[in-house]
Amino acid sequence: MPCSRPWNGRRPCLHEGEANVFDLKDLYQQVIVDHNKHPRNFGRLEDASHEAEGYNPLCGDRLHVYLKIDDQGRIEDVRFEGEGCAISMASASLMTEALKGRTLQEFRSLFEGFHALVTSSGDGADDEAGLGKLAVLGGVRAFPSRIKCATLCWHTMKNAIERSGVARTE
Amino acid sequence: MSFDVAAIRAQFPILDQQVHGRPLAYLDNAATTQKPSAVIQAIQAYYQRDNANVHRGVHALSERATAAYEAAREKVRALLNARSVREIVFVRGTTEAINLVAHSWGTARLRAGDEILITGMEHHSNIVPWQMLCERTGARLRVLPINDAGELCLDQLPTLLNERTRLVGVVHLSNALGTINPVAEIIRQAHAVGARVLVDGAQAAAHMAIDVQQLDCDFYATSAHKMYGPTGIGVLYAKEALLDEMPPYQGGGDMIRVVTFERTEYNELPYKFEAGTPNIAGAIGFGAAIDWLGSFDMCEIAAHEQRLLQEAVSRAKAIPGLRLVGEAGHRATVLSFTMEGIHPHDLGTILDREGVAIRAGHHCAMPVMQRFGVPATVRASFALYNTSDDLDALFQALERAQAMFA
Repeated sequence: MPCSRPWNGRRPCLHEGEANVFDLKDLYQQVIVDHNKHPRNFGRLEDASHEAEGYNPLCGDRLHVYLKIDDQGRIEDVRFEGEGCAISMASASLMTEALKGRTLQEFRSLFEGFHALVTSSGDGADDEAGLGKLAVLGGVRAFPSRIKCATLCWHTMKNAIERSGVARTE
Repeated sequence: MSFDVAAIRAQFPILDQQVHGRPLAYLDNAATTQKPSAVIQAIQAYYQRDNANVHRGVHALSERATAAYEAAREKVRALLNARSVREIVFVRGTTEAINLVAHSWGTARLRAGDEILITGMEHHSNIVPWQMLCERTGARLRVLPINDAGELCLDQLPTLLNERTRLVGVVHLSNALGTINPVAEIIRQAHAVGARVLVDGAQAAAHMAIDVQQLDCDFYATSAHKMYGPTGIGVLYAKEALLDEMPPYQGGGDMIRVVTFERTEYNELPYKFEAGTPNIAGAIGFGAAIDWLGSFDMCEIAAHEQRLLQEAVSRAKAIPGLRLVGEAGHRATVLSFTMEGIHPHDLGTILDREGVAIRAGHHCAMPVMQRFGVPATVRASFALYNTSDDLDALFQALERAQAMFA
């Protein structure tokens, strides 16, 4: 494992009254860089019970998620494939880790929690509760043009569970 | 005025700012250029002193506004070396100019079985209007491919051109690759089979001299905002004989001579194609940009930008994992590339935090991205005010991005 923070960029100059300032290293945390390079649960799930395609036409990010949901409504297995920026890849990878073994009820609560985390106007501390490792994506809040990169996989997953089709974040 | 980049930069107030605590390195000029004080002041002066509607009032302000608007048209005529101001139609920009031709000339002239030939490096604005025209008329869209260097496969042109070809649409300077196309040769071959030629000059006007008579193109479209003028104003040049026979594009005020409920007599050229109150301030700003650009020697501008591009290319080639997209022998102003292991959108965000403004994406040229097998590229594009300092900022930021993603 390389040193956790190879990035030595300075903090950007702070404007007076700016409450929510993030540096690049808050966005590209080592966990994110690592999940981008080595996405977990990557590839096709042959015996999927649910699947959906997600596309962000602005960035060209393209994801396909696969799920196997058992009779008790529990996510037995989950995989994804596709290509996109580091934020979208890492977010999808972290999502698959977070969802394995969860119930659909838990998925809905994580979906809401994650959405609040990346769109919250606060410092995010309140929003990180219960999200575990997913909290590393909170830095995306400060980069409005990139929020959709982080949420594409979650919308795609929601579509896969609720219906089949193509999710769009526009 | 001699070519002194520091003095030029001093005329662009916007360049003198910090972004995320770093000096702005504006390298997104193919998207839009910044505006010199002369242009900003011309627009402000118009609104502060002369604002009135054109071609209507008899009062002093309307006469001043009309004179300034028509003076701008003459400046555009001179810029393109058109024969007459009757051939200069003000439009919102290149996109509207192409749509005007597709609707007016295209709908009247094309029939099922006719062909429109475009190239593999066109911007969406020189693809979609023709696709829509094909849907309306039953004409067929054909494409001249590009090679691995990002040049048109001219050897295939003679086989693609035939007696059914009605129109050839070709970009002068590619926004995605920087390729400068041999439009004069394409026009010569197209005319030999009786086809008309539209040249998309959106990127070209700020970087090279344009002479529509020498090119002998039938239509030439360009936008002010890519040549230091304001957004929302551009020009369609068309040969007068073509404009004469083309039906109006939009109906309304200013484009008519007489209106009764029974019939309408259209106005003379170019007003037949300028329905409604035009973008008067925009046209005046366009004229000011042409004056301003005209204070320099276009050869010196091109030489300066070529030096920057050569420096950028040689520095880019020294970076492991960097792949240039577009290496045409004849190109200008655009450095398009990808980096192994880092998506262009991540590079865009990282570069932005270093004060470097570039474009990351498909550059409204998705078929070009498909041709090169990439989802997107990073594009740095140069203007006459860019310097080696901007390149330093770009390449330092790229090194930092690589360190971050290592």
